[in-house]
Amino acid sequence: MEAIQINKEIQYTAKDFKSDQFVRWCPGCGDYAILSAMQKVMADLGVSPHETAVISGIGCSSRLPYYVNSYGFHGIHGRGAAIATGVKVANPNLTVWQISGDGDSLAIGGNHFIHSVRRNIDINVLIFNNQIYGLTKGQFSPTTKKGYSTKSSPFGTIEEPFRPGELTLGARGTFFGRLLDADIKTSQMTMLAAAKHKGTSVVECLVNCVIFFDGAHKWVAEKATREDRVIVLEHGKKMIFGKERNKGIMLDGFNLKVVTIGEDGITEDDILTHDAKNPDPTLHLKLVYMEGPDFPIALGVIRDVEAETYNDALINQIQKEQAKSTIKTFDELVESLEQWEM
Amino acid sequence: MEQNKINELESVVIRFTGDSGDGMQLTGTLFSNLSAILGNEISTFPDFPSEIRAPQGTLFGVSGFQVHLGSKKIYTPGDDADVMVAMNPAALKVNVKGVKKNGVIIFDTDSFEKKDLEKANYKTDNPFEELGLSDSVQLVPVALTALTRDSLKDFDLDSKSVVRSKNMFALGLVCWLFNRPIDQAIHFLTNKFNKKQDILSANLKVLTDGYNYGNNTHLSLSTFLINKSEDTPKGKYTSINGNKATAWGLIAAAKKSGLELFLGSYPITPASDIMHELAARKDMGVKVIQAEDEIAGITTAIGASFAGALAATTTSGPGLSLKTEAIGLTVMAEIPLVIVNVMRGGPSTGLPTKTEQTDLLQALYGRNGESPAVVMAASTPASCFHYAYMASKIALEHMTPVILLTDSFIGNGASLWKLPKLADMPEIKPNYVTADIEDFNVNTRDPETKVTYWAIPGTPGFEHRNGGLEKDYKSGNISSDAVNHQLMVDTRQAKIDYISHVIPDVKIEGNKDADLLVVGWGSTYGHLISAVNNINKNGGKIALAHFNYINPLPKNTAEVFKGFKHIVVCELNNGQFASFLRTKIPGEYLQYNKVQAQPFSTAELEDHFNSLLK
Repeated sequence: MEAIQINKEIQYTAKDFKSDQFVRWCPGCGDYAILSAMQKVMADLGVSPHETAVISGIGCSSRLPYYVNSYGFHGIHGRGAAIATGVKVANPNLTVWQISGDGDSLAIGGNHFIHSVRRNIDINVLIFNNQIYGLTKGQFSPTTKKGYSTKSSPFGTIEEPFRPGELTLGARGTFFGRLLDADIKTSQMTMLAAAKHKGTSVVECLVNCVIFFDGAHKWVAEKATREDRVIVLEHGKKMIFGKERNKGIMLDGFNLKVVTIGEDGITEDDILTHDAKNPDPTLHLKLVYMEGPDFPIALGVIRDVEAETYNDALINQIQKEQAKSTIKTFDELVESLEQWEM
Repeated sequence: MEQNKINELESVVIRFTGDSGDGMQLTGTLFSNLSAILGNEISTFPDFPSEIRAPQGTLFGVSGFQVHLGSKKIYTPGDDADVMVAMNPAALKVNVKGVKKNGVIIFDTDSFEKKDLEKANYKTDNPFEELGLSDSVQLVPVALTALTRDSLKDFDLDSKSVVRSKNMFALGLVCWLFNRPIDQAIHFLTNKFNKKQDILSANLKVLTDGYNYGNNTHLSLSTFLINKSEDTPKGKYTSINGNKATAWGLIAAAKKSGLELFLGSYPITPASDIMHELAARKDMGVKVIQAEDEIAGITTAIGASFAGALAATTTSGPGLSLKTEAIGLTVMAEIPLVIVNVMRGGPSTGLPTKTEQTDLLQALYGRNGESPAVVMAASTPASCFHYAYMASKIALEHMTPVILLTDSFIGNGASLWKLPKLADMPEIKPNYVTADIEDFNVNTRDPETKVTYWAIPGTPGFEHRNGGLEKDYKSGNISSDAVNHQLMVDTRQAKIDYISHVIPDVKIEGNKDADLLVVGWGSTYGHLISAVNNINKNGGKIALAHFNYINPLPKNTAEVFKGFKHIVVCELNNGQFASFLRTKIPGEYLQYNKVQAQPFSTAELEDHFNSLLK
């Protein structure tokens, strides 16, 4: 299949991707920001609503397809990745988005998540990670921080959380990005890159659940300190961040460290340049691991490497076999059997 | 040389038995196919353990392949064998009950040593006496292993490969015994091993020596002759097993409807062969995903169906259990999907390679909510083609999941298949949305059939959202309104009920004036019709109504049942169809049930029906 063509003739706006449905998320929910950024990206992408399919499982985030004017399918809990796989493989001309949450994709749907990533199906996966089960009213999820008390862990959880990026890379993912609901610009940039990537693009969306886990991402989301706690990664650019744009990431042996440009003789040249296209995921994994208070959280595109997609490989194999075979029709297939008159 | 006596028979049953590594499935298949080519009716029954290579010589490693040949129409692989080939004492012990009185048992004397007898748990050194066989059968001792070694002494083959060729010696001998020229066997072997010349030439040598051995030495044994079948309608035929026929039925439906075929599936015995066949049919453009689990098997298919393919998933009982939630989603989303369940012995892992009809209620009711789906069943290996085709047609034209039940018996068994032409098959017209449908939404329906319209993603102007939440009847938007839910439940049921008008009526076979009606469904057809025909031939009066369409039932079902004083429902479970019939058409139903993970025998059915007729 060809890379996504930006449609020059019809200019879409975000409004073209809004359905007539009343959005039913809680007031203040971070999901609104993601939906609105996504509709803007869909317009920028220029793929028409009828060539767009939005697929989901179950959960607060999985209601999203109802709010997008496109073809949409709201499936069953955890199975969004498998449904989206079927959609893309059967109808590869569609641009397919899969919307999921931390419970939907990493608990009940964990198996489908890792296998769709491993197969490199050309779909765009948005995981709304609010670190809690919202629609079932407040149980801990596979990404809830250890020790956190919820309805189903009244004395604190006793299990380690998943890191979605680590799972993605472990499943040999070709694209991983991260965004924050409150940061619209980075969200749009990351989603657009995800949509343009051929293969399974996983985007972890840090969203806030105002009802059951308000402030889950407070450390990074806090407006006043955000610039010092976030690094927005862009391929080919120096890993520089901070309000003063004077902090950077450097290699220290096999580890990363945060340094200040201008201190201890450190210059901009010492700072790492982000290489999202490197097939070796080692450094990408270190960027995924970064968390406060010692490190900023990495947003933007962490990994974006090229590899053949499953849907392309399947079509290539079919075309190759069809070109080789003398059997073109069903009747010819029947005729090819060992047969006799009775 | 004195000429052997030739027994001309209408039909004969042969059972090949040995270790699972002895090549009995191949031997049986070759013999069946060459008999079919010579004009016989055939029906086969492979019966093998779930262990791939159980310890050699043990009782649980025994593999069997039974074939029934006929010069008249035959419907089953037969009950007891006229001729059995036993490659070792374990095979003899496991299969001894399945040999007719005065039947022939050919056995490999080299495999009946003391250690072989011990492995098969014999207590004495005379297995035939111990099994009570000495007077009731004709024993034909043949030193199969030694003769095979001798046959291949000039070949540069290792000892293991030499011993493995002894099944070809047995095949050659059986070809002689049944007056089969071996040319056809040579032809088959040449096709099979054309890339392994050394194995081919060894096999051909042993095969020929086996044939000549019979010809030259076994003067005391009468041979058999089964003439060409004159009952079989004229035409071109092949021999096909049910799993392959199912795969081809799906392909034919895709070609006829102009859709791509998509299969999402996960390996499971005894259904995997359908996936294997479809994965090999890239020439037909089939897209197959071997999914990460059963649930992904069906949900990838659901995605493909939503996206506009003829989508199917294939499985066996435990896999159907895993797919239940997703089948419910398909009921709710009202999109076409074919679910093939090749039933096996259950519950749980049960008896993976054996046959049973114990998933009927699971197929009918195994979902949350009021969740009607179409349920059908194929009745013979070859008919799997027709019913897979019809399952696809109904799914596409009525926007519904269709569960097609086959089982291990017909999935692995083979029968003659009259080759079809696509042009002769019924049209398939999916209920596509068209521009003249006003105010389309996901719940817009054909007013008569209640079928929703299929708007395939990529079509401008019909963007919509579908899914598992209840929809508003008018707008198609999500709704939890009480009255609306009742209306939607009733509508989905009415859509399925309507299908009784498009499926064929159930037929009465046998004696229509009988008092006793036998009722069956699915793969028991062969045994039931054989028993019914035998009883009618012998002066009894009995009829059969056999069902391939179960939900909905054919519209004449109640009318047919009214015409009989007694109805006996026969099935390989504890009465699942009987209980369904009691719900749908209240009345008195006798039952005949067996849950031994084996098919009925014609004899046991005849005995039972005769006892009812007294």
